[in-house]
Amino acid sequence: MKEQDLIQPFTPWQDTTRGGNIYGSGSSKYYRTGGWRVDTPQFEAARCVNCMRCFLLCPDGSIALEDGQVTGIHYDYCKGCGICSEVCNAGAIHMMSRQEESAHGSER
Amino acid sequence: MAVRDKRSGNEAVGIAMRQMNPGVVAAFPITPSTEVPQYFSGYAANGEVDTEFVPVESEHSAMSACIGASYAGVRAMTATSSNGLALMWEMLYIASSDRLPIVMAVVNRALSGPISIHNDHADSMGARDAGWVQLYGENNQEAYDNEIMAVCVAEHPDVELPVMNCYDGFITSHSVENIELLEDDAVRDFVGEYRPGHHLLNPGAPMSAGPLDMPGYYFEHKRSQAEGMICAKKVILETADRFYELTGRRYGLFEAYQMDDAEMAVILIGSSAGTAKEAVKRLRREGVKAGLIKIRVFRPFPAEEIKEALKGLRAVAVMDKSEGFSTHGGPLFHEVSSALYYGDKDLLLCSYIYGLGGRDVRVEDILQVFKSLSDDIARGSAEPYCRYLGVTDKEKEEAADGI
Repeated sequence: MKEQDLIQPFTPWQDTTRGGNIYGSGSSKYYRTGGWRVDTPQFEAARCVNCMRCFLLCPDGSIALEDGQVTGIHYDYCKGCGICSEVCNAGAIHMMSRQEESAHGSER
Repeated sequence: MAVRDKRSGNEAVGIAMRQMNPGVVAAFPITPSTEVPQYFSGYAANGEVDTEFVPVESEHSAMSACIGASYAGVRAMTATSSNGLALMWEMLYIASSDRLPIVMAVVNRALSGPISIHNDHADSMGARDAGWVQLYGENNQEAYDNEIMAVCVAEHPDVELPVMNCYDGFITSHSVENIELLEDDAVRDFVGEYRPGHHLLNPGAPMSAGPLDMPGYYFEHKRSQAEGMICAKKVILETADRFYELTGRRYGLFEAYQMDDAEMAVILIGSSAGTAKEAVKRLRREGVKAGLIKIRVFRPFPAEEIKEALKGLRAVAVMDKSEGFSTHGGPLFHEVSSALYYGDKDLLLCSYIYGLGGRDVRVEDILQVFKSLSDDIARGSAEPYCRYLGVTDKEKEEAADGI
């Protein structure tokens, strides 16, 4: 779905879709939930063994993959739930709290 | 063309469903609607339909499964009563707001508690705000005919709302009456094929359904849903016209019985209309100008038409077979009285709550109501306007000596 096809708030009722149906796919990519995040996952590529546990278990599809390698986090969507960090057995992801981030800066 | 038979209401509705060959029937049993999916499951087991019959674990699941099936693009049907309807309450709202043309037979039975398996209208009245079209039938012929017309109404592109086909538990559902069934192909041709504009499981045209709405969206979706209900009145009448051409049986928004020159009338829903017609006949033989309005379409409520039909009458009793606990009249009374707010305000209007939990309603009881109406006319007042018929009350002279 293209971003211009998204239905805007306060669309007249005559022009909106019945039931709120969305005729298209992939519209969630325009809803950037990264702004909800408090703690931010920091990814250390050197420690990653590409077991894919973070990728499989991330509820928001926010683990970035390229050619079968984990390359990082989609920070536009990551809500900071910490599951990736919790399941990573290689210690490649740790959650940085908001205070740490403001004090020391971060990957993003 | 017609097939003369003798069937109970549930059997007749089961036959109508078989003739329409829905894609999915998902149902859970509850007295007195159990026989509808029970007979239908027999048709499915015998290969007389192509339906996927899904025996689910609760009525909530029944409606959920019907919603999924309808979204997937097939005709979905079910049946329930009483607490079964209550259990699927949240899903009724979903089915309607998702604009899915599900047709459900509601075999009217009192809501617990105390537990009652007998007829009253509490179940479907309790769901009157869910956004379903509600049709009520007086007898098994009407239950059969309404089941068929309901599908046409639900699937019409101007409506796209689910429809309840309501009829009285045990009285209509289980009593065997003479009936005229239609031939299988006549029903099939009348309802046609279900052709949804959009549906799930369609890789060529992906869609998402049942979204979350932030405040900038919800109200517009609800207004759009209301438009479906507004358009339903016209579609119901057009469908009834087509049905008349097929069968010779006329249906409208309500039946006006002996109303042309009536001075007093009773308005009610369902099988008690048969009893009330007998009372009206007896009064007419005595020269009393009595009439009856039997509501067929409760949602959308035909306010304009009721207002017109009651013009010139002097006293009207609105009879509710359910108690809404508003303390100033039953649900049907509220619909009629608000319709009359912009109509004849000199009319003496009163509310009767009657027949709860299967309390028997006899011709004598309806005659009693008409007697009270003529007393109201004589003294020029409908006060007190909130009345009960048939409940044992030690402060009232007459006792309820029915069953």
